[in-house]
Amino acid sequence: MFRLEARPQASPAMALVSPLLALALTVVMAAALFALLGKNPWSGLGVYFFEPLNGRRQMTEVALKATPLILCALGLAVCYRSNVWNIGAEGQFLLGAITAGGVALWATTSGIKASPWVWTPLLMAAGVIGGMGWAAIVAFLRDRFNASEILVSLMLVYIAQQLMNYLVFVPWKDPAGFNFPQTRTFDAMTWLPNLVPQSRLHIGFVVTLVLVALFWIFIFRSWRGFQLQVGGLAPAAARYAGFSARTALWTALLVSGGMAGLAGAMEAAGPLRQLTPHVSTGYGFTAIIVCFVGRLHPVGIVLSGILLSMFLIGGELGQSRLGLPNALTGVFQGLLLFILLACDTLINYRVRWQRSSASAGTAR
Amino acid sequence: MNELALLLAATLASGTPLALAGLGLLLNEKSGVLNLGAEGMMLVAAVAGFAVAFHTGNDWVAFGAGALAGMAMAAIFGWLVIWLGTNQYATGLALSLFGGGFSAFVGVNYVGKKLAAKSAFEVPILADLPFVGPALFKQHPMTYIAIGLTIAIAWFLYRSRAGLVLRAVGESPESAHALGYRVRLIRLGAVLGGGALCGIAGAFLSVVYAPLWVEGLVAGRGWIALALTTFATWRPARTLLGAYLFGGVTMLQFYLQGEGVEIASQLLSMLPYLATIVVLALISRDPAWIRINMPASLGKPFHPGS
Repeated sequence: MFRLEARPQASPAMALVSPLLALALTVVMAAALFALLGKNPWSGLGVYFFEPLNGRRQMTEVALKATPLILCALGLAVCYRSNVWNIGAEGQFLLGAITAGGVALWATTSGIKASPWVWTPLLMAAGVIGGMGWAAIVAFLRDRFNASEILVSLMLVYIAQQLMNYLVFVPWKDPAGFNFPQTRTFDAMTWLPNLVPQSRLHIGFVVTLVLVALFWIFIFRSWRGFQLQVGGLAPAAARYAGFSARTALWTALLVSGGMAGLAGAMEAAGPLRQLTPHVSTGYGFTAIIVCFVGRLHPVGIVLSGILLSMFLIGGELGQSRLGLPNALTGVFQGLLLFILLACDTLINYRVRWQRSSASAGTAR
Repeated sequence: MNELALLLAATLASGTPLALAGLGLLLNEKSGVLNLGAEGMMLVAAVAGFAVAFHTGNDWVAFGAGALAGMAMAAIFGWLVIWLGTNQYATGLALSLFGGGFSAFVGVNYVGKKLAAKSAFEVPILADLPFVGPALFKQHPMTYIAIGLTIAIAWFLYRSRAGLVLRAVGESPESAHALGYRVRLIRLGAVLGGGALCGIAGAFLSVVYAPLWVEGLVAGRGWIALALTTFATWRPARTLLGAYLFGGVTMLQFYLQGEGVEIASQLLSMLPYLATIVVLALISRDPAWIRINMPASLGKPFHPGS
């Protein structure tokens, strides 16, 4: 049997080893699952961990899908560091897509001509405002009515999805779209400029990397970031120091809402170029996993964002090449987070092995 | 008149899974453990229940399978949270995300499958009464079981010794531990009980209410059930009433559509979620009132001997 013994201090080394250990265990369980499904485990793992990085085209796709994941996770990291449990990034993402999509549709139908370099910042700003507005509802209800931000932010995901459905089914439906629930394709001038020719990767990826650096400064080098973290780790100490919990709540939610909204705007104006009911494939929820696997750290989030993006691409490849169900990706995502949480126990505890309680008794 | 009876009947049917899950989460939270994984447990149980009903044709075996699936999910959560001391929010969230993925994966082959037609349920004699009969007495037996369960759980929590111990563990685990109660085992029991009831609720959705399986079938009902416990200020009878209230709101959208109200169906579909937010804000607005009613150690880990 084993026993957990509290460490005198949390182990910083284990905090870094834990995600790697969790990934290794997830890979082992994935291999077992492939074998169970009657597939060769090596080809199964290859599809998830090798094929997505094999060749320029695949790598740009990994970067493309990592972009919204990293953006949403950055914002969530600020929330979780200040102990604000926003789990509705998915809804904030959708609102960003809606507001940016609205601007793009207006540009398309109004006939105003301008360069993409004018429209891109406008669309991004619209997305940020949309996401912030949606998160502001959560902050307001928490601040003014003490309503659980967990439940409110999640309920708003369902409402945002229905709002998206309504818009693409009724007022914004493409009149020439054969009654499909989708808007017309945005005018080419509103598309995000491409980063790599002959790929779908857009300049949003660069914007994301710049934001990663800014977030590092905000979290670790700014007074406001420091206040937020103290509030999250030790609310009593923060109150004593006079740091406002309300300011922390609003900052965390507006920042994360803005990031998720930006991600939504870039998804709409980047690869999709129109709105449909399926704008998001669960990016806002996957970002929660990205955030924890990345240790709530900007650099860690980039790495885990790329990893989880590989899972997404691997799921698609597994479906087309090996006939595996695409839903397998969701299983792996959930497994990874579960195993990570279990491994994180090692940060604060060490495992002591005991032969059995009887022999331990005689030894003493 | 007849339409109102049908609306009432539909309200009871759609409130029943919420009541079952809400009562389960109530037990869970009374022991001091907050399980945000309700949605995931219900989804996995819904698939398990549907699969068993599809192959055996027996609803009651399907409910049993749902309960077992819910308990299996709850056991993973309980072990992580109670023994490894992981963060309850993050672990519950992981359970919900995993449940979403796992149920979609397992359920792929059941999408579009139909269950054998069922005979209608009627309470003898009472079902023949005008208005009251079609409104209240032509329900699936699970509806009445949910009502009975509410009474049973209220009795258990407030009139039995075991219930007193459970509440003590939720209010002050240190005191309960000092008195010699096995706090972690009691909490595990409550978590498993919560999982079983959430599981039955999930199976009820896929086997009786829908009755079909699609990805994400539970559609946020697990989260609404979580909101229900706050709404009910952790009381069994109020949980049942709250469940019928939300069931009624869900049914209202179909009623309004039937009446030809000129509102897009997508906007009407927002109603249950909007209602949850509004009700949550109204109930929570007095922090002192919540603090008095909430189990004092809810969400806090307990390590014996620390």
